[in-house]
Amino acid sequence: MVAPAALRVVRCGGGTLHGARAVFSADSKYLLCASGDFVKMYSVTTEETLRLMGGHADLVTGIQLNPHNHMQLYSSSLDGTIKLWDFMDGIPIKTFTVGSKLLALYKLASCEDSVFVIIPKSGERDTFQLVSVKLTKGAGQDLEAKELSVVLTGVDASPKCTAFGREGEYVASVKEVNLQVYFFKQKQLNRFSLSTKKTKNGNNHFSCVACHPKEDCIATGHADGKIRLWRNFCHKKEYTFSTLHWHHDIVMDLAFSMEGTNLLSGGVESVLVLWHNESDCQKDFLPRLGSPIEYITMSPDGSLCCTLHKDNRITIINSNLRFSRSIQGLIKSVDVKTGLVVDPRTKALVLNGEPGHLQFYCLQTDQQLFSLDIVQQQYIHQAGLNQTDLVKVAFSAEGKWLATVEEREEETNLELQLKLWFYDEETQSFKLNTRINMPHEDHITGMCFRDMDELEDDSLILVTAGRDCVFKVWVMVEDTDPEAQQSVSWSCDFVGSYHNYQATNCCFSEDGSLLAVSFEETVTVWDSVTWDLKCTFCHPPGKIRNICFGKQTCSKYLIGATDFGFLCCWNLLSCALEWSAHLNVLILQPDPLSEYIAALSWLSKESSLFVFKPNEPQPVYIQRNLGKEKIQFAAFVPRDEPEPVGSEKYLWLRRSQLFFLTDAQELMTLSMKSLEERLTPASKQLAVEESLPVTPFSLLLGKHRRQQSQEDRDLGKLIVHNKHEQESPAVKELLHTPAHVLPSASFLCPIFINSLLISKENKSAEEVTDEVEMESEKTENDSDEERDVTEMEQEDPSPVELLGEMPCKLSKSQEKELRKLRKMDYSWISVF
Amino acid sequence: MATYKPVVVQTFPKLGERITQDTVYWRGYKTPVQIKEFGAVNKIDFSTVPPYNYAVTASSRIHIYGRYSQEPIKTFSRFKDAAYCATYRDDGNLLVAGSEEGSIRLFDVGGRAPLRQFDGHTKPVHVVGFLSDKYRIFSGGDDYSSALWDIPSATEIISYSEHTDYVRCGCASKVNADVFITGSYDHTVKLFDARTKSSVMTIEHGQPVESVLLFPSGGLLVSAGGRYVKVWDVLKGGQLLVSLKNHHKTVTCLCLNSSGQRLLSGSLDRHVKIYSTTSYKVVHSFNYATSILSLALSPEDETLVVGMTNGVLNVKHRKPEERKEKSQMKRQPAYRPYVKGRTYMPKQEDFCVSKPVKRVLRKYDKLLKSFQSSKALDAVLEPPIRLYTPEVTVAVMQELHRRGTLRSALAGRDEKQINLLLTFVARRVIEPRFTPILVTVADMITDIYQPVVGQSAIVDRQFLKLQEAIGKEIDYQEELLEVLGMMDTLFATFTKKRATYLEENKSNGLIETIETITN
Repeated sequence: MVAPAALRVVRCGGGTLHGARAVFSADSKYLLCASGDFVKMYSVTTEETLRLMGGHADLVTGIQLNPHNHMQLYSSSLDGTIKLWDFMDGIPIKTFTVGSKLLALYKLASCEDSVFVIIPKSGERDTFQLVSVKLTKGAGQDLEAKELSVVLTGVDASPKCTAFGREGEYVASVKEVNLQVYFFKQKQLNRFSLSTKKTKNGNNHFSCVACHPKEDCIATGHADGKIRLWRNFCHKKEYTFSTLHWHHDIVMDLAFSMEGTNLLSGGVESVLVLWHNESDCQKDFLPRLGSPIEYITMSPDGSLCCTLHKDNRITIINSNLRFSRSIQGLIKSVDVKTGLVVDPRTKALVLNGEPGHLQFYCLQTDQQLFSLDIVQQQYIHQAGLNQTDLVKVAFSAEGKWLATVEEREEETNLELQLKLWFYDEETQSFKLNTRINMPHEDHITGMCFRDMDELEDDSLILVTAGRDCVFKVWVMVEDTDPEAQQSVSWSCDFVGSYHNYQATNCCFSEDGSLLAVSFEETVTVWDSVTWDLKCTFCHPPGKIRNICFGKQTCSKYLIGATDFGFLCCWNLLSCALEWSAHLNVLILQPDPLSEYIAALSWLSKESSLFVFKPNEPQPVYIQRNLGKEKIQFAAFVPRDEPEPVGSEKYLWLRRSQLFFLTDAQELMTLSMKSLEERLTPASKQLAVEESLPVTPFSLLLGKHRRQQSQEDRDLGKLIVHNKHEQESPAVKELLHTPAHVLPSASFLCPIFINSLLISKENKSAEEVTDEVEMESEKTENDSDEERDVTEMEQEDPSPVELLGEMPCKLSKSQEKELRKLRKMDYSWISVF
Repeated sequence: MATYKPVVVQTFPKLGERITQDTVYWRGYKTPVQIKEFGAVNKIDFSTVPPYNYAVTASSRIHIYGRYSQEPIKTFSRFKDAAYCATYRDDGNLLVAGSEEGSIRLFDVGGRAPLRQFDGHTKPVHVVGFLSDKYRIFSGGDDYSSALWDIPSATEIISYSEHTDYVRCGCASKVNADVFITGSYDHTVKLFDARTKSSVMTIEHGQPVESVLLFPSGGLLVSAGGRYVKVWDVLKGGQLLVSLKNHHKTVTCLCLNSSGQRLLSGSLDRHVKIYSTTSYKVVHSFNYATSILSLALSPEDETLVVGMTNGVLNVKHRKPEERKEKSQMKRQPAYRPYVKGRTYMPKQEDFCVSKPVKRVLRKYDKLLKSFQSSKALDAVLEPPIRLYTPEVTVAVMQELHRRGTLRSALAGRDEKQINLLLTFVARRVIEPRFTPILVTVADMITDIYQPVVGQSAIVDRQFLKLQEAIGKEIDYQEELLEVLGMMDTLFATFTKKRATYLEENKSNGLIETIETITN
């Protein structure tokens, strides 16, 4: 009926949050953050993502509230535009095109019609200048802003290196060892420079700057961890500065409290330091914030403070330096080594989180569910340390057991630990059961559980493959003492090897009867009961990169991908090569719920996706150009309920959804819906309701509303049906179309009235409305960015459709007449 | 925001014997008392009434010992030749014994001369016992016969000559006064009922039967002979329940503990093994100096007496249970202040201030938390930690190494501290669980203190000790590798098929240390 919408790559998490300083809304209820090409709005109380404002074509580099309207927000981007948003409704109000790359954005209350931005100086590389841009006032959405006046040249590109002082009287900017202060009124430029001495911990280059909100005082952070407070800098010679020193590494950001009594600083140590009264002796700490602090922001009322971390976490801190809550989506870890794993219990995506932890990331809410501490060691935030990291994760079929491998590599020796965790129903978390030191003598390359849902626990087997040329089989051992309480632990049951080749991958067949282990160029297949070698496959030249068994109807096939760009499919019954294809496969990911297998390949600087069934060499689906970045990992996440899929081509998306992680740790998926639709409408509703001020009247109204909704529920189906009618396109169109393009009221009235009627025989009418909805959905899907354009498009078909609906609505008398006509005897016609 | 994570001290499971409740229970005996008898002790029998005296038959004498006495309380020595199997009656008043000359004598515990003498056996009588009605005695002799005697009239009631070899052991049922069992060197155990003229049941043990035992319920029968201990179900017509082969020499004696949950067997291989009667697995075992002929356990398992072939009687008394009076020493706060405010329910307008839970950190953790590496190392080098929990010291060293501050923590120490460090390293570096990190520590110490070698005699001596320890360990490892090579050649001559399994055993035993945290 409806042509299937095209699949597109949709971003659904991750990315970089630390493009710019976060901004609190005026009432400190919302937090606005630049996230990649988007601006995100979070609720401070519920930690939810309320709104996602997209429109920039490149990274957002700066966001600032409009000082004259607290509901508006300026954002600048590398695409050379400044956008003004109404963030409460998520609507872009104006777009100013500047032309060159914008690296930072500052907005002052004193100059109403201009903003300050940092742009690269034309003609020179790596030289940047601070310019003020006059925002022209004009009608229409897209405006040109070409009136630029240079304020300072030779500034640093980082937005942290420039700050505006007390009510915009001066601007301070640092670069390397130079500090320059420009006074707007006096038009005076003072330059100060430090001696370029090298100390043990680095140099005394400036790293950030902050200005006191009330006094003439500038705080600067340095690469060697010192903070300098500059005063009396209006004189070129008689300036003074004092030094605060606690950080042992670069000071990443500084912020003054609203009154200027306290100074906050943060750095690589991930400790937030609060300096009282700008003195060296009085300071408070908030240690162990998880990862290096990138930005510090104070809320306008001074009650909250938030730190943006390198791993994309946002921590909200109370004014008394107590940890309040943290907003965390997909935590960006230094290096994802575990790959994407799906927790069978929560359907959450599991991967490396903060160092030594495993994060469980909920795909629906874009939030971290919890973080499991695997390594259980204090992480020291210091460069150049070799610390234990998590490298492999595997879940048993029902999520009852979790196996993790952590390693720490020294120059000479390797520390390996295999840990087995048991899911404790009481505490609802994983509990350490067995720890095995040095399970292999070299790196572990593969690990898998025997996945068997229906069998008992004692069939549970874990296999690890290592670079020490063996694979090991681990089984559960029950304590045999009859009087002691039952306890289980894991121990090695079998060690297998093949010609002293390094074992690289391992995988169990669907029924658990066969184990495939790849040893460099060869795939070996073992019987999982007797541990006998059954057969071997190889496809020289080229080492085996990935292997997997087919599922369901294709369970007799074994798929392997080799280094030299071959994808091979072997038949396990005939022990022969079924087919092979020339494809440089990076990732081979079988869908656990269907027979489809996804292969992600890397061909000439772009990734492509091939979905195929093992029993036929022709791929079912091909998507080229998944993005510029290399894809690291992919995973199929089972859907809660099968999604209706229109075409044969997308049948593989019915049971599960494919997610993949790029090099920049952005999580992507293939979807037929756009991201705006995927965001739950409930949260949007919440945002609007929350923004309403709480008055006695609204409380009264709220009570009334609640009552009404209860009544609705009591009344049941009829009302529900009615509601559905109300949402019909006719009413929607009536309410959403601008008044000046609407037809005359007399024309609309019957349509509106009709749509409100609860017709008895409106079966056909309903069908028609359904179709209209589908159509409109389709058009929405087709639209890429410009929502307003689609709305315009929607306008056209619907009135036509509605007109078509008219004849169906016949009055009762007309119907009777029609029936009479039908009953009439027309046999006399045939006589002629 | 995370809290400070204390240093993980890796605990390793103790290798070898696992400590179970049984080991704790059976280890609860004091060091044994040794009493020298005149000859091999062939029977020990406890009186069932307090004060639980026991009769020891050795050579031609029967000694009666009190519970804690080293010297016999009483001696019956009216035997011309060896006496056998002195057994108490249930009430503890009478004692019966067989003898080499074939007569059976009945003694009053209080008296000296025998009350009765039963003559009839033509050969030595090795087994006698009371039936549970107290008025009859059964006996078995080397003339292949077993007989039943009436005490009041001192006459033989009935004689059975069914065995075809010496009758050397027997036992009366506690449930039925007419039933008794004899075991013989003809490899059979026979069950007799005094009311019938012949044996009721014959059980083929397979080896000469040295000892038999009936469970208190009378349903199960245990026989020992050869290296086997076999358990039979009498009620199922003598079906073999389980056959235990845990000794490597003849099992000579059997005994049940007072609760009936454990079976003890003594053997000529100098071991006493204790079995659980539910699983029939060995739960504990005792080792003695010489071959064991007899053993007995007093009521409540208070005393374990074992008789040897060289005439030594080994008596073990249970340690008195330790009272936990220490807790009383500490005065607890009164009950009322303790519960004060606990039951208070906050009202709606109350503002609750939650008290943060205070975590107690060890001293070294506190120092590590504040990045004081040197002091943290000092803290774990204090005697109690260094001597009794070296794993803590090593764990802190490892943590310092991980933080990259181990070198600075080791540097700048005086002679006494270097001496201490080197002693620790030299002593522990050969322990496999500590080796990786202590080798690094030793490297660093030698690096750091190389310039000062030769300035202090004490430090130099410690360096030499360290060298010696490492040299010894290297030699030892080489020897082990040689042994492994020899074993490999041996195994290679076996089946080819098993090769992979052997490899697995090797890697399990030598390289891995597996730790289990019990749930």
